[in-house]
Amino acid sequence: MGEGIGARVLRKEDQRFITGKGRYTDDISERDMTHGVFVRSPHAHARIRSIDASEAKNVPGFVGIVTGQDLIDGAIGNIICGWMIYSKDGSAMKAAPWKVMDPEIVRHVGQPVAFVVAETRAAAVDAAEAVTVDYEELPALTNFHHALDPGAVEVHPEAPGNLICDWQLGDEAATDDAFAKAAHVVELDLEQNRLVPNAIEPRAAIASYNVAEEHYTLNTTSQNPHVARLCLSAFYNVAPEHKLRVIAPDVGGGFGSKIYIYPEEITCLFAARVLERPVKWVADRSESFLTDAHGRDHKTKAKLALDADLKFTGLKVETIANIGAYMSLFSSATPTYLYATLLSGQYTTPNIYCNVKLVYSHTTPVDAYRGAGRPEATFVVERIVEAAARKLGVDPIELRRKNFIREFPYQTPVLMAYDPTDFDALVEKGLAHADHAGFPARRAEAERRGKLRGMGFSCYIEACGLAPSKAVGQLGGGVGQWESAEVRVNPVGTIEILTGSHSHGQGHETTFAQVVADRLGVPVGNVAIVHGDTDKIQFGMGSYGSRSGPVGMGAIARALDKVEAKAKVIAGHLMEADPSDIVIENGELKVAGTDRKLGWHEMTLAAYTAHNLPDGIEPGLTEKAFYDPANFTFPAGCFVCEVEIDPDTGITRVVRFVAVDDFGVIVNPNVVEGQVHGGLAQGIGQALYEGAYYDDAGQLLTGSYMDYCLPRADDLPSFSLDHVETPNPNNPLGVKGCGEAGAIGAPAAVINAVTDALRTEAMTMPATPEKVWRAVQAMRAPIAAE
Amino acid sequence: MYATNYAKATSLEDAVAKLKSSEDGKFLGGGQTLLATMKQRLAAPTDIIDVTKIPELQGISVEGGKVVIGAATTHSQVAASKEIASAIPALAELAGTIGDPAVRNMGTMGGVLANNDPAADYPAAALALDATIMTTRGEHAAADYFTGIFETALEEDEIITKIAYTIPKKAAYEKFRNPASRYSLCSVFVALLDDGPRVTVTGSGNDGVFRVTEMEEALKANWSPDAVRSIAIDPATMLADIHGSAEYRAHLVPVLAARAVAKAG
Amino acid sequence: MSEVKLTVNGRAVTRDVEDRTLLVTLLREHLGLTGTHVGCDTSQCGACTVHIDGHAVKSCTVLAAQVDGSEVVTIEGLADGASLHPMQEAFRTHHGLQCGFCTPGMIMMGIDIVQRHSSLDEETIRKELEGNICRCTGYHNIVKAIKAAADDMAVGTPSMAAE
Ligand SMILES: Cc1cc2nc3c(=O)[nH]c(=O)nc-3n(C[C@H](O)[C@H](O)[C@H](O)COP(=O)(O)OP(=O)(O)OC[C@H]3O[C@@H](n4cnc5c(N)ncnc54)[C@H](O)[C@@H]3O)c2cc1C
Ligand code: FES
Ligand code: FES
Repeated sequence: MGEGIGARVLRKEDQRFITGKGRYTDDISERDMTHGVFVRSPHAHARIRSIDASEAKNVPGFVGIVTGQDLIDGAIGNIICGWMIYSKDGSAMKAAPWKVMDPEIVRHVGQPVAFVVAETRAAAVDAAEAVTVDYEELPALTNFHHALDPGAVEVHPEAPGNLICDWQLGDEAATDDAFAKAAHVVELDLEQNRLVPNAIEPRAAIASYNVAEEHYTLNTTSQNPHVARLCLSAFYNVAPEHKLRVIAPDVGGGFGSKIYIYPEEITCLFAARVLERPVKWVADRSESFLTDAHGRDHKTKAKLALDADLKFTGLKVETIANIGAYMSLFSSATPTYLYATLLSGQYTTPNIYCNVKLVYSHTTPVDAYRGAGRPEATFVVERIVEAAARKLGVDPIELRRKNFIREFPYQTPVLMAYDPTDFDALVEKGLAHADHAGFPARRAEAERRGKLRGMGFSCYIEACGLAPSKAVGQLGGGVGQWESAEVRVNPVGTIEILTGSHSHGQGHETTFAQVVADRLGVPVGNVAIVHGDTDKIQFGMGSYGSRSGPVGMGAIARALDKVEAKAKVIAGHLMEADPSDIVIENGELKVAGTDRKLGWHEMTLAAYTAHNLPDGIEPGLTEKAFYDPANFTFPAGCFVCEVEIDPDTGITRVVRFVAVDDFGVIVNPNVVEGQVHGGLAQGIGQALYEGAYYDDAGQLLTGSYMDYCLPRADDLPSFSLDHVETPNPNNPLGVKGCGEAGAIGAPAAVINAVTDALRTEAMTMPATPEKVWRAVQAMRAPIAAE
Repeated sequence: MYATNYAKATSLEDAVAKLKSSEDGKFLGGGQTLLATMKQRLAAPTDIIDVTKIPELQGISVEGGKVVIGAATTHSQVAASKEIASAIPALAELAGTIGDPAVRNMGTMGGVLANNDPAADYPAAALALDATIMTTRGEHAAADYFTGIFETALEEDEIITKIAYTIPKKAAYEKFRNPASRYSLCSVFVALLDDGPRVTVTGSGNDGVFRVTEMEEALKANWSPDAVRSIAIDPATMLADIHGSAEYRAHLVPVLAARAVAKAG
Repeated sequence: MSEVKLTVNGRAVTRDVEDRTLLVTLLREHLGLTGTHVGCDTSQCGACTVHIDGHAVKSCTVLAAQVDGSEVVTIEGLADGASLHPMQEAFRTHHGLQCGFCTPGMIMMGIDIVQRHSSLDEETIRKELEGNICRCTGYHNIVKAIKAAADDMAVGTPSMAAE
C-alpha cells in the first residue's frame, strides 16, 4: 500500500497549521490596505428613509463610504439563485430580486446598508457607528410557520402570500392509493431546527484593484473560487473573468456557508475600485451569525403506509421550508431536489410523494449547510420508520430489514438510481459495535441509578457529487457539476496537480497526492496539490456536497489515465517495447516480463528534452481532464446512538455512538474518519444543542456563542467507527464521498435514542434539557382519560 | 473597542486617585467581563485602572475560622489553592467550574463580585458562607452586598480588597451550566455553618443570587437530601430565557439542592 | 498610547500601541504573528489562546498594555527549529486538525492542560477543553492527540524531529 490509496498517510498540510504558518485571508495584508465595516440593519423589516454619513466623514481615518445606490449606479447586478424550480402548476419559482445592498428596504436584521472604509479597522468601526440611517420600521414576518397564513406580512411583492414555490415530486395519486389500501398508517410531525454553520474562521475578503490593468484581485474565504469569479463576473458585473482573480487561500472550514458569494465580497471589490486602494473586510462572529447563510428550518408532516406484512407501501411528506429573506444560491435545490429525492432511504417503498412549499420570511437567508437536504430526508425516513416500529410493536431493526433494498441498481420512485451497497452488512456491524445485545442490561443498570437509557438507529443513504451535469441541467441547476484536474509532470518527475476542488480542512494536499502515488508509485512528497486560485488553475467547481472525493479525485484519475498512456508511449519508445507492455510500478516504468526498466524521472526528462520522442508525440507531459460523473454516488451507513438521560434535570448525554459507513474505496482512513467525526459532532449538535431562534421582532436571540450552543469537547463522546467497502462501480476510483455522512445520519439516531428513552415521539430538535425534562414529566404523569 | 486609557495602579490610594481624576473611569480586574464588554462597545470607560497588582488585593490565608482571599486572586489560583481545598473544598471546586481554564487564569474573584452577574458562581458561595467583602471603604456583609442584578453595595470608587469566607462544617456546590455560555443557569450552594444551614441559588433569581430559607429550615431539622427535595420554588421569582423557563429553573433548585446536600455529606 | 515591552517567543519586543490594543492585535498586526487566530467576539472560542508567563490566556480578552513585561509564547514559538513540540507532533500524528483554524489555540491549551495535570484521562481532557471550540474534528482526535502528547511529555521523550 505504501503511500497509495488506503494508506494512513499523515497530512502534508499539517506542518504549516501546527506551527502557525497557515495563511488565512485575515493573515494577508496588502500595501496601503484600508479596512471596511458594514452598517447593518437593526430591524427585520424597514424602509430606509435616508442615510447620513456626514458625521462619519469627520472620523479620523475615514476613507470612503459605499451605499446601495452607489452599487446600483455602478451597474452591480443582483445576487442570483442558481437553481430554477417549478411549482406543481408549472409556474416558475417566484424569486424576488436580491440587491447587494438594497437602498430602500431591509428584510432581515444584519442586512448591509452601507460600507464604511477607513485607515484602520478601529477607525472604520468608529465611522460606521457615526453613520445615521433613518428607518421606518415595518411589521415583520419572522416565524415562518405563519408565512402562509392568510393576511401574513408579505416579505416580497413578487411572491404573494410569501410562497416562492409549491413544489412536488413523486406520484401523488399512487401514493394516496397506497394509503387507502394500507393495513397500518403511521403519522409524524417533524421539525428541522434552524442552524448556523459556524466555520471557526469567520468570512473575510481582501479586494484590490490595479487601475493600470483594470484588474481585480479578491482573496476570500471561499469553497469554490471559480464559481465566485463566474458569479462576480457574469451576474454581478464586477469585471470580466479575465480581469478578476479570485484566491481562496487557507480556509478555516466552510460547511456550505462559504459556497455563496455574499453582498460583502461584492461590495469590497466595488469599494477597492472606487477608492483605488485595497480593502479588507473581516466578519466578526456576531456578523457571521447574522449574515452567513443559515441551514435547514423545516416543518414537516409525514405519513408512512404499511401492508399487513409490514412492508412499506407508501410515504407521503409535506414540508414547509423557510428560505429566509432572499433566495441564496442553492436555496431552491436544497429543500427540493437534494431532499425529496432521498425519501426512499434504504427501503423498497414503492410509492413516494413529497410536496414542499418554499416560503420567505424576514430572517437571514437559509441555504445548504453540511448535508443540505439529505439530513432532512434522513430525519423524516428514519424517524418515521422507528416510530412505526414502536407503534406496531416490532423491533426497529427487524422492520428495517423487512424493507431493505437488496437488488441493485435500484430505481427509487423519486428519481435516484442507487448503486450497490449491502445494507444488511452495515446493520450487522453497527449492532455488533453498539453491543446491541447488551443494551437491555445497560438500560436496567441505568434505571437502578435513576437514569433513563435509550438506543436509536439511523440507516441513512445519501447522494454525493451531483451528477451528471446534463441531468442537473434538466432539473434546473444553473451550473455543470463536473470537476477538472490538470496533472503537470515536471522534467525532473515531480508532479503538480491543479485541481478545481477546494480544501478547507478536507486534506486534499495529502489525499489527492495519494491518488497519484498509488498510480505512479512516486512518493507523496513529490506531488504538490495546487488549488484555490483562479489564475493558477483551470476552471473548477470547488468543494461542497462531498464532491471532492467522487468528482474531484475522479478528474485526477482521468487526467492520470492520459499521463500514464503518454508515459508508456514514451517509455516504450525509449526501451524499444510496445507501450502496452509497459507497467508503472514504484516510480519505474518496466517492460513486463523483462528486466528492462526506466526511472520515472528518466522518462519525464526525456519527455521534456524531446530529443528522442516517438513520431507524432508532443514534448512535455501535462494532461487535463474534465470529469463529469455518470451518476451520483450513494454512501450509506448504519448509525447507532445510545443516550442516558437524567430525568430530574433533563440532561441527555450521548454515551455511545457507532457509525458504520460504506464510502466505497477509502483513500486515507485518517482523513475519512476525521470527516465522519466532524459530521457526527454537527449532527449530534443539531439533535441536542444547536438552534437559532428569532424573537417576534426578528432579532436573532442566538447571535453569539453565549446563546448559540456549539458543541464543546465535553458535550460529545468518542466515536466508534467502522466501514463496509463496496467500491462504487461508476467512479474511476470506486470512491463515494464521506464529507457529510455524519451530519446526515446522526440527528435521527440521536432523536430515536432520546424518544426511545422517553417513550414518546414528540421531541423536537434540539432536545434541550428543559424539553427532555418536560417529556419526562409527561411520561410520568398519570395518563389522563381520553 | 472605543479608545480608552489604561493605567496600572500601584496602591489603593493611587487607584482611587486615578479613578477620581478620570472622566468616566473603571477599575479593571482580569478583564474577562469588562474587556469583553468593551470589545462589544457596550461599555466605554475613558480610563481603565488595573487593580490586580495592588499588594492589598493579593494572597490567600486561613485565619480565625475564615478563609481570606485577595480580590485579585484568579479563579485558577482559588481552584488550585491547597489552603482553600482543605478549608472549603466546595469553594475551590466552584472556582474550577468558572468559564474555562484560560478565563480562570485571568478572571478574579473581586471582578466577579463587583460585577454581580446574575449567572456568576462566586455570589452563591459568598452569600452562603456569610462572606465579608472588604473594601477601601470598609466592609460589607454578603447579605447586604448583592442588591440586584449587576447591582452591589459598592460605590463607584470603591475597591474590593479581600473577601473573607466563613469556613463551614461542610458545603457543596452543584452547578447547572447554561449549555451555550457555560455560566450558571441554575446552581445551588449548600453549607452548614455554626449557626445553621445555608442554601443559595445563582443563575436563576430574577433579583440575582438569593437564599432559600425554607430549605435552610428544613435542613436544620434534617440535614439530608430528602429534606429539600420537595420544597417548591415560586417560578415568579425566577429568570426565564431561551435556555430555561422560570418553571424549569424553579424545578431545578430543589433537585440541585438535594444533590449538593448529598455531595456535602 | 502605551509603550509595551514583552518577550514574545523568546524575543524582546517593544511597541508603542494605543491603550485599547488587544494582545491578539499586537501579535497579529504589529508583530506579524498570524498563527494566533480570532474566531469569535465573545471570548469563547479559544482560537486566540497563547501563553502568558506559562499560562493559557485568551489573547483577544487581554490588553497588550495589561501584560506589559510578560513573557508571551505563541504557536510560532513552540517548535525548536525543525523539531516540533510533542503537542504539535501529536496533533499531526493523530490527525487532530482539519481546517487548522482552531489548532493553534488547541495546541496552546493542550500544553497548558498537560502542565497542570499529572495524569490525564479522556474525561478530564474534554472538560479542560471547554473554552476551545472546534467545528471540524468533533474533538475525537484532538482528545487523542492531547492524551498522547501528555504521555510523551510525562516520560520526557525528547520531542520528535519533524519528518
Ligand atoms: C468565556 C467566559 C466564560 C465565563 N464563565 C463564567 C462562569 O461560568 N461563571 C462566572 O462566575 N463567571 C464567568 N465568566 C466571568 C469571569 O468569571 C470574569 O472573570 C468575571 O466576571 C470578572 O472578573 P474579572 O477579574 O475579569 O473582572 P473585570 O472584567 O476586569 O471587571 C468586571 C467588573 O468588576 C469591576 N472590578 C474588578 N475588580 C474589582 C475590584 N477589585 N474592586 C472593585 N471593582 C472591581 C470592574 O470595574 C468591572 O466593572 C466568564 C467569562 C468569560 C469570558
Ligand atoms: S477569539 Fe479569543 S476566544 Fe474567540
Ligand atoms: S480544525 Fe477546523 S475548527 Fe478545528
